[in-house]
Amino acid sequence: MTEVKEFTCIRCPLGCNVRATLEDGKITEITGNTCPRGADYVTKELTDPRRIVTSLVKVSGGELPVVSVKTAADIPKGDMQRCVQELKAVEVKAPVRIGDVVLANVCGSGVDVVATSNVAAV
Amino acid sequence: MRDVIILGGGVTGCSIARELSRYRLDILVIEKNSDVCEGTSKANSGIVHAGYDAHPGTLKAKLNVLGNEKMEALAGELDFPFRRNGSLVLCFEESGRETLQRLYDQGIANGVKGLEILEGDTVRALEPEVSEDVVAALHAPTGGIVCPFLLTIAMAENAAVNGVEFQLNTEVTDIRETEGAYEVLTDKGSERAKVVINAAGVHADVFHNRVAGREELKIIPRKGEYLLMDKNVGTLVSHTLFQLPTKLGKGVLVTPTVHGNLLAGPTAVEIPDGENTATTAEGLSDVQKRAALSVKALPTRQVITSFTGVRAHEQKGDFVIGAMEGHPGFFDAAGIESPGLTCAPAIGELLAGQVAEYLKAEKKPDFEPRRKGIPNMALVSYEERQKLIADNPLYGNVICRCELVTEGEIVDAIHRPVGATTLDGVKRRTRAGMGRCQSGFCSPKVVEILARELGVDPAQIRKNNPGSEFLTGYIKDGI
Amino acid sequence: MTKDLVIIGGGPAGLAAAVAARKAGVQDLLILERDNRLGGILNQCIHNGFGLHTFKEELTGPEYAERFIRQAAELQIPYKLSTMVVDLRAEGPDRVVTAMSRKDGIYEIRAKSVVLAMGCRERSRGALNIPGYRPAGIYTAGTAQRYVNIEGRMPGRSVVILGSGDIGLIMARRMTLEGAKVQCVAELQPYSGGLKRNIAQCLNDFDIPLLLSHTVVDIKGKERVESVTIAEVDEHLKPIPGTETEYPCDTLLLSCGLLPENELSGKLGVPLSPITGGPLVNESFETGVSGVFACGNVLHVHDLVDYVSEEASAAGEQAAKYLTELSETSQNAGQDASAEKALRLRGQNGVRYTVPATIRPDHMADTQVIRFRVGANFRDATIRVSAGDQVLLSRKKNVLAPGEMEQLVLKKADLEQLPAGSEIVFEIAQ
Repeated sequence: MTEVKEFTCIRCPLGCNVRATLEDGKITEITGNTCPRGADYVTKELTDPRRIVTSLVKVSGGELPVVSVKTAADIPKGDMQRCVQELKAVEVKAPVRIGDVVLANVCGSGVDVVATSNVAAV
Repeated sequence: MRDVIILGGGVTGCSIARELSRYRLDILVIEKNSDVCEGTSKANSGIVHAGYDAHPGTLKAKLNVLGNEKMEALAGELDFPFRRNGSLVLCFEESGRETLQRLYDQGIANGVKGLEILEGDTVRALEPEVSEDVVAALHAPTGGIVCPFLLTIAMAENAAVNGVEFQLNTEVTDIRETEGAYEVLTDKGSERAKVVINAAGVHADVFHNRVAGREELKIIPRKGEYLLMDKNVGTLVSHTLFQLPTKLGKGVLVTPTVHGNLLAGPTAVEIPDGENTATTAEGLSDVQKRAALSVKALPTRQVITSFTGVRAHEQKGDFVIGAMEGHPGFFDAAGIESPGLTCAPAIGELLAGQVAEYLKAEKKPDFEPRRKGIPNMALVSYEERQKLIADNPLYGNVICRCELVTEGEIVDAIHRPVGATTLDGVKRRTRAGMGRCQSGFCSPKVVEILARELGVDPAQIRKNNPGSEFLTGYIKDGI
Repeated sequence: MTKDLVIIGGGPAGLAAAVAARKAGVQDLLILERDNRLGGILNQCIHNGFGLHTFKEELTGPEYAERFIRQAAELQIPYKLSTMVVDLRAEGPDRVVTAMSRKDGIYEIRAKSVVLAMGCRERSRGALNIPGYRPAGIYTAGTAQRYVNIEGRMPGRSVVILGSGDIGLIMARRMTLEGAKVQCVAELQPYSGGLKRNIAQCLNDFDIPLLLSHTVVDIKGKERVESVTIAEVDEHLKPIPGTETEYPCDTLLLSCGLLPENELSGKLGVPLSPITGGPLVNESFETGVSGVFACGNVLHVHDLVDYVSEEASAAGEQAAKYLTELSETSQNAGQDASAEKALRLRGQNGVRYTVPATIRPDHMADTQVIRFRVGANFRDATIRVSAGDQVLLSRKKNVLAPGEMEQLVLKKADLEQLPAGSEIVFEIAQ
C-alpha cells in the first residue's frame, strides 16, 4: 500500500514542505526538503517524533519570580505536557545562570532541563 | 446623620460636591463604580459648548452660557486642561443657511458672545482642511475643549480636600424617606442624611421615581460611538467642527482634543440598557462616513481607539434640576445630557446654593478653592523636568513611552485624595496607556506599581470595576 | 556630555551595532536602553529557534541575547539602563539626544552619530477597529508574553487569538503548555502572517485550529471578556453575515502586525517610508539625516533575529566608517551631492518595499544585501531585478510568503555601470 504524508519541517525557519512516500509503512521517498535535516526530521517524525520544550520554573530570592528553561535536547513529543507538569514542582534558588540544570532526566528521557536566562539574587 | 448624600460621582455629582464643600456640611458621595468619572462623564466629546444649541428659556440654554463662562476661571483654580479653540457649525447645502441663521438667532437670544456667520471661503481660510463642500458656517469663538476626566477628577479631589467623603464601589439599592430625612440603602450598608441629591446619570429616574412614588421621570439612554485618532493628526483642525444635519441625518463632530488627539463622533442611538458601552461595526463606520464630510481627508488610518458613551436623555428634553415637589430635602440633577459637561460648573453652583439655603448652611472660612494637578512631564520644560526629578527621582522613570508618563506621576495619581486604584484610574489621571500603543507596553508596569503602592498582589489589580482583574493566576495553575 | 556614537536601544539591533562599531574602532560610544536589562524583547522570547544563521545552533531568545551581551561586556561597551530617550534633534553637526532616568535625571548628549535601534510595537485593538465592549482580557500577544514569561502570571484561562503573526503562534503554544485552553487562531488574510514552522509546532502539535479568512466581529463582557465572536470574511476582507461563531472565553490575544517605533526619528525629521513605517536608508543604513543610522525592527519588521543582527552589524560598521571619514575631512562632506546620484530602489508587482531604498555605488561594498517582503503568497515565482530594460538579476523561488523576509545580493560591478539616479525595480514575474 502506497501512502504519502506531508510535513512542515521545523528544523529551521525555512519551513520546507516535505513529502514522504511510504510503502507498507516503510519510507521509500522523501521530497521537498532543501537540506538533509528535512529528511531526518520526517524520518524521525514518522518513527519517534521529538520536540524541544521551553517553559519556566519558579525562582526564590531572585530579581525575577521565574526563570526560563529548556530541555537540553529534544524529548518525545508525547511527553511535552508531562515535562511541564514535572517542572511545576521545581523551584530553584537565585542566582541562576544560563545552563544550570534545574531538573535532571525529565520524564525519564535522559534529558536535563536547563536554565536559559540569568536571574540574579536580591 | 449626615447633612448631604450625593448619588453619583460623575461630573455633575462632583461639581455639586465641590460647590457644597464651601459650606459647613457633612457630605458623602456614593458612586457604584470603582472611581469617579466612570459613567457618562468618561465617554463624551469633551466639548465646552458655546450655547447656541438649546432653546432660549430652557435650563440647558441658561446653564450652558453660564457654565461656558465659568470654565476658564475654574480651569485656573483647579488646574485641568481647557482651551477656548472656538467652534464652527458647517453648512453643506444652500438650503441649510436658514437653519444656520436660526442657530445664530438662538445663540444671540441665549447670550452667546461673538457669534458670526462665515462664508465657505472664509471658513477655509480660517481652517484650511475644511471640506470644499462647505458653503457657510456659524463661528462661535467662545466654544472650547476640556478634558472631561480631569475636570471631574479635579472637582472630586478638591471636594475631598475640603472634607467631602467619597464612598466608591457602592451601589444604592433603595431610598426611604423618614421624618425629615432619607435613608439610603446600599450593597455595603445604609446611610442617613437630611438631603439627598440625585446625580445618578442614566439611573437618575429610578431614584427620583422611587422617592416620588410614581413614574415622573423617564431617562432614555442614548449611545454615541467615537473614534480617537493619533496625536500626529491632532492638528488637522484647530476648531471644533460641528455639522448641520444633512441627508445622512444628524451630524457628527470632528475636533482636536485638549490633549492633542483628533476625535470624531458621536452617533446617536437610543438603547434600552444604560450600561451598554459596546461599539459596533455599523456605528464606527457610520462615524467615519459622516465625519469625512467635514474635512478634505479624514485620517482614519490613524485611529488608535474607539469608544462608546451613554447619555442620559430625559424624555421631556431639558435638565431636571432642583428640589422635588412634596419631598423636602430631595434634589435632582437629572437628565444631564449634552451640554451637561459644559454646564457642570453652573449646575453645581445652582444646586449647592439651593441646598445650602434649605439646610441654612454657613460658608466655611477655610475653604480651599485651589487644587494643583499632577505635574505633566510630557508638557513641562527641560528645566522643570530637571527640578521634578531632583525633587523626586521617580519622575525620571518613564513608564508610558507613548505619552511620556513617569512613575512619579503614577505614584502621585495613586496617593492623591480620591486616588487611582485601577488601571483606568491611573490612565485618566496621567494618560498612561492613552497613546498609540494603547497600554501594550506600560500596562504590566502600571499593574506592578499599583500593586506595590496599594500593598496588594498584582492579581487583585483591575482595569476598573470588580471582575475586571487582568491576571487569572500563576503559570501551571491549570495543569 | 558628548559622544562619538550613541546607540538608542539595547536589544538585538543595538547590541550588534555597538559590537560592530567597537570592533571597527569606535572608542567613544554609549548604548541607551529603556528597560532594566539589555537584550530587549528577546528576554521574553523564551522559545527556541534563534541563532541558526548566526551561531549555527538553536538558541532561545535570552540565550541569543546573552551571546551579544557577553560580547559587549568583553569589548567594554558602556551602556545605561532604565533610560528613556525623550528627544532627538539636530543642531548643526551635532545630533542632540535627550535622555532621562531615575538614576541620572534628565541630560543631553551631543553625539556625532546615532544608531536608531528602538524596535517596534504591536498593533493595538483600537488600530484594528474591533467592535464590542472594552473589558479586561484583551492583550497584544507581546503583553501576554511578558506577563507569562517574565512575571510567571497567567493573563487568562481560555483564549482566542486574532492574527497569526509569529508572537501569536508562539503564545498559543506557551499558553497551552502553561495550562490555558487556546481555542483557535483567527487570521483575516487567506494566509498566515507567521513562519510555517510555527504553525506546525505551535498550532498543529496542540490541535489548535487556524481559521484563515476569519476575523473578530464582536467582543462581549463588560468587565472581563466573556466571549468573542468570529466570522468568515469575503475576498474584500469584509465579514460574511451568517458565518458568525461565538467562542466563550476570557481572553483575546492580538497578533496583528508590528509597527516600527519611529517617534524619535520623526522628531529629528528623518524621512520615513509609508510602507514599512521605518526610515528610508541608503546602502550604509544611513537615514535622510546624515550621521543617523537605523537597523533592526525600527527600520523594517524582520522575521528572524539573525537578520537583525546581520543588518545591525553592517549599520554599526557604517557608523564607524562615517566617524572615520568625519575626522579625516573634519566635516561631513558630500552626502547630499552623492545622494542625488544614488540609485533608487523600488518594489512593484508583489514586492512591497526594499531596504535599502537607495544605493550609492561608490559607497557600497562589492556586494549589497537587499531585503524585502512580498504582499501575497506566490508559488514557483521569479523575483526579477531590473533597471530600465536591463535585467540585473532573476531568481526563482518555490514559495514566497508575506510572513517571511526575502533577500537578494546585488553586485557593485552591475550597479556601477548604471546611469546616476537610475531606478532599480524589484518585482515578481510569474
